[in-house]
Amino acid sequence: MKEIFRLTLILTVITAVSAGVLAFVNQKTEQPVKKALSEQKMKAVRNVLPSFDNELIKDRVFVPDTTGDTIEVFRGKKGGKINGVAFSVVSHDGYSGDIEFLVGVDPDGVIQGIEILKHAETPGLGARIQSDEFRSLFKNHSIDNTGVWKVKKDGGVFKEITGATISSRAVTGATLKGLKFFSSHIDEIIGGENSGSESKRGNEEKK
Amino acid sequence: MSAGKELLKGFWSQNPVFRLVLGMCPTLAVTTTAVNGLGMGLATTFVLLSSNVVISMMRSFIPKKIRIPAFIVAIATFVTIVDLVMNGYFHALHKSLGLFIPLIVVNCIILGRAEAFASKNSVWLSVMDGLGMGLGFAVSLTIIGAIRELFGNGTIFNILVFGDSYHPLLLMIMPPGAFIVLGILLGLMNRIEIKIAEKSGREPIIGKIHDCSECVLRKKWF
Repeated sequence: MKEIFRLTLILTVITAVSAGVLAFVNQKTEQPVKKALSEQKMKAVRNVLPSFDNELIKDRVFVPDTTGDTIEVFRGKKGGKINGVAFSVVSHDGYSGDIEFLVGVDPDGVIQGIEILKHAETPGLGARIQSDEFRSLFKNHSIDNTGVWKVKKDGGVFKEITGATISSRAVTGATLKGLKFFSSHIDEIIGGENSGSESKRGNEEKK
Repeated sequence: MSAGKELLKGFWSQNPVFRLVLGMCPTLAVTTTAVNGLGMGLATTFVLLSSNVVISMMRSFIPKKIRIPAFIVAIATFVTIVDLVMNGYFHALHKSLGLFIPLIVVNCIILGRAEAFASKNSVWLSVMDGLGMGLGFAVSLTIIGAIRELFGNGTIFNILVFGDSYHPLLLMIMPPGAFIVLGILLGLMNRIEIKIAEKSGREPIIGKIHDCSECVLRKKWF
């Protein structure tokens, strides 16, 4: 009986010390981890938006989508007018796990760029959805100017990655979902800040 | 035994991957590129070194009956530290190794060294053992990763080797590629070991070449 208490005590001491050490390390790394995560995201946001001069983090709107999730929408502005919008899209159709990526569009719903945030696709195959070559396929495409929004294998316009049709299909499908989300919530995202036609003209003048 | 010998045994005579054949999960799963292999190897080295030191220091304090849970707590603590620090300061590497970091806890090399070495030897020797075994593991993983990356992607450490016209052999970065490379390297190492032993006139570490007609399994089942 006595031995049980001794063993219990020793193991308790060991685990308590371990918990203490971990609490300390966790506290020390909490900020860097958060910073690294948000930096990674903000970098991706900057990459998918046209040049802007506002502070993105202060110019976010939160829009509920059809499934009830809230989507964080970043709005890039130049001279006070919205010239680009970025939001994240999640696809559940990946080869392994969810694929989360950012879609950047101009106010007319034309894609400016996409950036993969999170995925667990096969390295060397599906993971090539991260390549410039694949991501740039979507640039300048919108629902209106694109015939069949599918990969080539399914009769669409986007050339899938060889050997990674499932991953390509997942990104392609979710991008379309994102564009539909944008067009159906355009009022909440752009709202009264600049009406569609005005922004178009404003952008063209700047170019 | 000398400290130098403890350090060096991890690279050849007791190499964890090719001689002890331990830690196969990370060996096969993360070695798709040289960088991943090196990162996983160094993370494991850190955990192995730290757990060896702590377990060696506490070896007289830990009762025999609860040594395994005590070892696992120590190992898990260091793994969590690696996970947190890597997430904060080496975020890109953490992203590609992500899932496999927590699995270092169940890497048998680490518990194996704690049980077989650190709990019986001084702190200094345990440091050497941990470093040698860890780096031996890291080198092995990097070699496997480099070979798989070279054939599967045409690059080594992300540097283009074969040029654009090379058509990557995708199989090599898929799971079967890991088994193929591991098997070929294992065979090669045994071959080299036998040659070295023949030349220097000593008995090879791997023992006599296996004779299937004498095998106990054959007598039992066939």
